[in-house]
Amino acid sequence: MSERKTILQVKDLQTTFFTDSGEIPAVDHIDFHVKEGEILGIVGESGCGKSVTSLSIMGLIPQPPGKIVGGEIVFQENDLLKMTERQMRQIRGNDIAMIFQEPMTSLNPLFTIGNQMLEAILIHEKGWSKKKAKERAIEMLQLVGLPRAEEMLQDYPHQLSGGMRQRVMIAMALVCDPKVLIADEPTTALDVTIQAQILKLMRELNTRLNTAVLLITHDLGVVAETCERVIVMYAGQIIEESPAKQIFDDPQHPYTKGLIQSIPDMRFKKDRLYSIPGSVPKPGSIKQGCRFAARCEFAFDRCIKEDPELYETSDAHQTRCFLYDKEGAEMDDNKTLIESR
Amino acid sequence: MLSYIGKRLLQLIPVLLGMTFIVFMIIRAIPGNPAQIILGQQATKEAVEALTVKLGLDNPWYIQYFNYLGGILKGDLGESMKTRLPVADEIWPYLAATFELALFAIIIAVIVGINAGIISAWFQNSWFDYTAMILALIGVSMPIFWLGLMGQWMFALELDWLPVTGRDEVRTPVNSITNLYVLDTIMQGRFDQLGVVFKHLILPGLALATIPMAIIARMTRSSMLEVMRSDYIRTARAKGQKMFWVVYKHALKNAIIPVLTIIGLQMGMLLGGAILTETIFAWPGVGRYIYDAIGARDYPVIQSGILIVAFFFVMINLLVDLLYSLIDPRIKYD
Repeated sequence: MSERKTILQVKDLQTTFFTDSGEIPAVDHIDFHVKEGEILGIVGESGCGKSVTSLSIMGLIPQPPGKIVGGEIVFQENDLLKMTERQMRQIRGNDIAMIFQEPMTSLNPLFTIGNQMLEAILIHEKGWSKKKAKERAIEMLQLVGLPRAEEMLQDYPHQLSGGMRQRVMIAMALVCDPKVLIADEPTTALDVTIQAQILKLMRELNTRLNTAVLLITHDLGVVAETCERVIVMYAGQIIEESPAKQIFDDPQHPYTKGLIQSIPDMRFKKDRLYSIPGSVPKPGSIKQGCRFAARCEFAFDRCIKEDPELYETSDAHQTRCFLYDKEGAEMDDNKTLIESR
Repeated sequence: MLSYIGKRLLQLIPVLLGMTFIVFMIIRAIPGNPAQIILGQQATKEAVEALTVKLGLDNPWYIQYFNYLGGILKGDLGESMKTRLPVADEIWPYLAATFELALFAIIIAVIVGINAGIISAWFQNSWFDYTAMILALIGVSMPIFWLGLMGQWMFALELDWLPVTGRDEVRTPVNSITNLYVLDTIMQGRFDQLGVVFKHLILPGLALATIPMAIIARMTRSSMLEVMRSDYIRTARAKGQKMFWVVYKHALKNAIIPVLTIIGLQMGMLLGGAILTETIFAWPGVGRYIYDAIGARDYPVIQSGILIVAFFFVMINLLVDLLYSLIDPRIKYD
């Protein structure tokens, strides 16, 4: 699966919010790419910049106060950030579609499912008749596993359950055959059984339609089940990138380790679940050094003085931690320390 | 739905009953004997007493009240003490005049107010937003009589574009059928006169529209600002929808309900007749009709006039409540 074309590339993206209490760099120089048909996970705690990243790609950052201050977002060889609003509208929903965290509020309560589905189709398929669009809507609703699709077109969102609404959202997002689907916490608001169904559905659709998926979540469990590759974000930066399997077998950044340790495991009964001490710093509050240093049990002098880069540790695995800086002097001692745990 | 309307109409009975009682008591608390006012200061004591008896004003208040109520239940609104004509017949032309003006004013207020509010919210903190909201603030705090007088001075006297007062030209009066002059002229195919009628509507209409327009604009803006932050607005934009439709389809329908409430209340108030505006523009409306009746202590006219106005006020608000359920499928009245 290695030689698939890159479809979306984010280069050195910086999105800053200009608020009364100062500039907040919510997304701070991040680089990543999504390949055709791939499922890439972005993981991180709330406030780490995951959602801002996805909204930046869609060009939907509320402006003001937000602004993309630097970088490139290359989609099929075009920089989205250089596009006009009119050009972006052609991309949104058509080439890059998005589903959101809150299925309860993401559909307009005052319009029928049919109205909203048809809208999504007819915005981009100008020549289509209403009948054709309706057939397409029904087809998509059936594809996402909604059995009485035709009647459902007459329903209002409040008549559906959360899981059904999220299925409708997915159907609506995929209705124009997008190349990339951005799913921002698509299962967070759903209960566990429905969560599993929705994830399964997304995996199926990914294989069937070959839509690349950018799955944003705070839940490593979701990543394990769904993604091929994963990016871990912390305080607006990417701190680790690796194939999904590797991140569980060999987590490198102390933050990632902490995240994995804090997943409850039924096999080992522990008295208390591990949690990373402290909380996520406000973006922009740490001006110098590693953002995680204050919460990191392996932090040493250099961590506070210098900004770590992403160090390549193995094929396709990168970590933003001095412990993996092969040129760094202290590495060996600490590496042993970290491995001895 | 029908049972809800039925219930609401039943609720109307105690409301209007209570209202008749309050109005009845209040007007009798105003000093002055109607018989004396009708006959004038020079009338003899005997004549005044005779008229008092004739008008039934010598009865105790509760007898008078129940006589009045009994009349209403039979559909009789009583007759004017001054003109001896049935109030129901007499009030209609005034009511129609007020209705026409109020409708004209509220249409202007709704069209301008809602759009100003939408655009202000859409381009929040832009120069348009600031200008519109400052104008709206001036609008709500503007004395209407002053605005009316300035309008007359500017557009009638100086520029001579519009007539100063009245509903039509004195020399070529509208041949009235329904007393709604716009309707009358259209029904008679007199489109030259329709223009004249509209010209007469503009100044009082604008004066009357100012406050509702300002309130509607501010209400729409704040309601829209809240809705524009909703998730479904983001969804609509993520579909690639044009901002215009995001605003006018997805946001407006969600934002309109509180605005409708305001529109209903304002329309109800305008139907009560705007005494100042009607006076300045010599508009023969229901506000002035009742006001004159108060001066003459014409009890039946005051009582029934206010009753009719209150009835329309309640009906408009019922209509607004029913509109909610048309707009929002989650609102069910059963």
